[in-house]
Amino acid sequence: MQLQRAHVLVCHGTNCALHAPQALVDAFRRALRETRLEPEVRVVETGCFGLCEQGPTVVVYPEGTLYCRVSPADVGEIVSEHLLKGRPVGRLLYRDPAAVKTVQTFPEARYFQKQVRVVLRNCGVIDPSSIEEYIARGGYLSLGKVLTTMEPAGVVQAVTDSGLRGRGGAGFPTGLKWRFAARAAGEPKYVVCNADEGEPGTFKDRLILEGDPHAILEAMAICGYATGAHRGFIYIRGEYRLSITMLENAIKSAKELGLLGKNILGTGFDFDVEVRLGSGAYVCGEETALFESLEGGRGEPRVKPPYPTDRGLWGRPTVINNVETLASIPHIIEKGPAWFRSLGTPGTPGTKVFTLCGNIVNTGLIEVPMGITLREVIYEIGGGIPGGRRFKLAQTGGTSGGCVTEELLDLPMDYDTMAKAGTALGSGALLIIDDSHCIVDVARSFAKFFMHESCGKCAPCREGTRRLYHIIDGIAGGRGSPRDLELLELLSRTLYMTPLCPLGQTAPLPIMTTLRYFRPEYEAHFGSGVCPAGVCAEPGGSTKEARAW
Amino acid sequence: MVTLTIDGQKVTVPGGTTVLEAARRAGVAIPVLCHHPDQEVKAVCRVCVVEVAGSRTFQASCAHPVAEGMVVRTNTPALREARRTIVELMLATHPDDCLRCERNLRCELQSLAEKLGVREIHFDRLVREVPGDRSSPSLFRDPSKCIVCRRCVYTCSQVQGVGILHPVHRGYETYVAPGWGRGLMEIACTLCGQCVHACPVGAIGEQDQTAEVWAALADPKKHVVVQTAPATRVALGEEVGLPSGTIVTGKMVAALRRLGFDRVFDTDFTADLTIMEEGHELLHRLKNGGVLPMFTSCSPGWIKYMEHTYPEYLPHLSTCKSPQQMFGALAKTYYAEQAGINPADIYVVSIMPCTAKKFEAQRPEMNSSGYRDVDVVLTTRELGRMIREAGIQFDRLPDSPYDDPLGISTGAAVIFGATGGVMEAALRTAYEVVTGRPLPKIDFEPVRGLQGIKEAEVDLDGTCLKVAVGHGLSNAQQIMERVKSGEAGWHFIEIMCCPGGCIGGGGQPIPTNTEVRIQRSKGIYQVDRELPLRKSHENPAVDQIYREFLAEPLGHRSHELLHTHYTPRARYGPPGGKS
Repeated sequence: MQLQRAHVLVCHGTNCALHAPQALVDAFRRALRETRLEPEVRVVETGCFGLCEQGPTVVVYPEGTLYCRVSPADVGEIVSEHLLKGRPVGRLLYRDPAAVKTVQTFPEARYFQKQVRVVLRNCGVIDPSSIEEYIARGGYLSLGKVLTTMEPAGVVQAVTDSGLRGRGGAGFPTGLKWRFAARAAGEPKYVVCNADEGEPGTFKDRLILEGDPHAILEAMAICGYATGAHRGFIYIRGEYRLSITMLENAIKSAKELGLLGKNILGTGFDFDVEVRLGSGAYVCGEETALFESLEGGRGEPRVKPPYPTDRGLWGRPTVINNVETLASIPHIIEKGPAWFRSLGTPGTPGTKVFTLCGNIVNTGLIEVPMGITLREVIYEIGGGIPGGRRFKLAQTGGTSGGCVTEELLDLPMDYDTMAKAGTALGSGALLIIDDSHCIVDVARSFAKFFMHESCGKCAPCREGTRRLYHIIDGIAGGRGSPRDLELLELLSRTLYMTPLCPLGQTAPLPIMTTLRYFRPEYEAHFGSGVCPAGVCAEPGGSTKEARAW
Repeated sequence: MVTLTIDGQKVTVPGGTTVLEAARRAGVAIPVLCHHPDQEVKAVCRVCVVEVAGSRTFQASCAHPVAEGMVVRTNTPALREARRTIVELMLATHPDDCLRCERNLRCELQSLAEKLGVREIHFDRLVREVPGDRSSPSLFRDPSKCIVCRRCVYTCSQVQGVGILHPVHRGYETYVAPGWGRGLMEIACTLCGQCVHACPVGAIGEQDQTAEVWAALADPKKHVVVQTAPATRVALGEEVGLPSGTIVTGKMVAALRRLGFDRVFDTDFTADLTIMEEGHELLHRLKNGGVLPMFTSCSPGWIKYMEHTYPEYLPHLSTCKSPQQMFGALAKTYYAEQAGINPADIYVVSIMPCTAKKFEAQRPEMNSSGYRDVDVVLTTRELGRMIREAGIQFDRLPDSPYDDPLGISTGAAVIFGATGGVMEAALRTAYEVVTGRPLPKIDFEPVRGLQGIKEAEVDLDGTCLKVAVGHGLSNAQQIMERVKSGEAGWHFIEIMCCPGGCIGGGGQPIPTNTEVRIQRSKGIYQVDRELPLRKSHENPAVDQIYREFLAEPLGHRSHELLHTHYTPRARYGPPGGKS
């Protein structure tokens, strides 16, 4: 094995990939060749560091120097100055918006200081296409541990004891789900990884899969052992090209090393994983719609009960877990439930990966202990609101979450507290909206999303989501009246209570919460009123939105 | 057993019961829309929602299983508001043409709106304009009325195993239609019309031809004769409010006379004739090593299904025309000759329990009389419409007999209307023809009833005849697969396209469901029991027509007039073309 004195980590997450990082990698390799540093310095294509706003990001080890917005033109300077002469390139260093001085190294950045990286432990650290690097960081140790030293029931118990709750949005206790599946009658059983991440503003699963694909495979095999399943499927969005490539590569190399497939580690346990691609329907993130789609049918939710642990994929007992949930599993097995419980809150132990987007300085991917406040996330990690604007509201949990205003910023973020506040922790998307936006326009975009994504199976969602949009669009277009707000409330009540699946049931959340906190802003649009934020069209005018619809 | 509380009342029901069913036992009929007594739970309309203590959302009572100690409320202000809002949302996108809709007063959405007290629709009208489909001679589809309850989808795929109806598009643009925007004639639709019975609204129905019949009746130059299928006499009464299965043979004949038909004949006559022809065909195939098993051919939906799905098995179909088409061919030859009427002036109308018969009548080969053998096919429902329009007080009509000679028939012909009936009629005749002895017991119970697939063995003087009976095309499919596998060893198989046979046909009164089918079947077998003649070969008119006109079963003239051939059809025709 060759030892190198320095590593150059180039982020290859899809967010940075938008800036063509391959050109960056090529430039580094070329420059290293020209300077004859090639044997001493290794260039590693890693997963996401999380600091997407500053991408493409490059970290140079052993110092951990963080360079931001690096272009191929900057590469020569980094190589000749930093790698050859040991002098960091000052102009490319990360500037912490809250700090006076530039930040030299990775851990110094305030962005990272409040973070606790469990799920993202390997993201941005290892080359995700290398199973050796995953193993070197302790990968597949947990699988070996469960297969050689634990009974299936003991694995279920450990997950139960950890208090891990589903990170896909609903927060259902993972251990309980595994127990139901383990006890369910019917063969064969299946493990499904839900990687159909469709919540607007959410990209955590993608970056986990891109950065640390083996963690998911390891967790699925552990789940298979715990529940008696021998076959797993990863249902992933077809657009997640890089994740798909990483997963397929990971499955291949895991099979080559006998970590997947027949007789894993010589223990007699068989487990196989296949990747299946979704075709872009948001509702296929709902577990039963996912099964329908995976089976080749129209992506539509099924009636529950029966629940997936009794009758899931092809009518068989199935554990379906979100990517982030699974990514926690190897760590729980390795370090124990008590360690996991030491993170987060008693009701929701562990960490949570959030994606920051909208009007926030540091858009990107973060992992923090459960129970952190939104204020800490926005102002300490996220660097606050750019352009000197004021915070107006945050949409938590993606489009199907609710809205949070200034006065709720100090609520600890966990499933139960957020639900009590009328919103949801959901998938972990945090959309920050400043005061340049009109609440009616914001609500309209949410409503349009649900109108577009309703699968059309159940009547209230099929008709109701369209009506929500139609009414809000009318208000935005200056055609609203107090009666419209009554209708929105009537529709919201019906949608909250009656649809077949959570898509319809959560569709009214953003409407209900914006109506609760910003009613006067809706009312200002009525009659001869105008849009206070100056976003919506002139009263009586037909907006662009309305024409599109 | 599980005990739960519904609206304050304790109810004890078996585990696995739905809340909807439990509520019914507690005396509460929770309103429903997508629910159908014969179908699996879909839970898509959400009208039947109830409050289950401890549940964040309302639950669809049709799908939600009971649990010990469960506390359910079915009638709260929030539930009433939710149900009414859902129905209002449907109505706000529904064409506002109840008064002109053929399902007016028979529409489940309409009666639900009435039941829930909808007096105002709070939402703007946003009607989904979707082009209709009138490509087939049997059925129309009007997807703008579709409420996406999916009952027809279930029927088409699960009951009939045909599966041409699906939800298409997504979200509020969803409606049910054949794939790729094709019309019913551009795909493997059998035109059975079972989807009409599934549909709670007017999104699917038969192509109404009453206007053509009124015009013919008003034309003094035309000699208008009518034939009535066996299954109509136990169903027509429902069109005028009589209980399911009421036998109205005489009143139907009287009503047809009042409507102005010149002669009222009975398809039962040609059903008896079918037994003579088909029975001899079977014996001929048995004796001469012909293609076996032989399938019956009276059900035009079944024929079209075979043409699309198992074209390689067409030689197994009996070459006998259906009784309707035999009648048409004879009306314009034998009857025309006897009555001294120019066949060009004869106009043949059929009253059928069937929508596929409309397609059958216009098949190009169905003109062996030199004219189109059957001019117009009306469903039982269309006849009901004409009787109501004419103001005929049906239940007060004196019974009237059929005209001679094409109105004379036996009990064997009547039971054609129920699944197993053709088989039973054939066995009654085959036994006596082959053995030369009278039947010891005339009723063949093993082939009766609503069980999907029935099998029997009959000893014909040493020859063991193995027979099977199937009704509903998914059962037919199972039979076909067993035939293909070669395991069954059957000689003769009766298939009726529609569940229950013709009494459950796609042209029968609405509603047609299992309960109604049972009542109509009872009526059919009662008519059979009460008739003096119960074997086709004992029908004197059949005897007469062979003596005077046809000479013998499978004879030259029979072949010309009473037998036919079949056409292989693709599963999917070219777009815009005909399948």
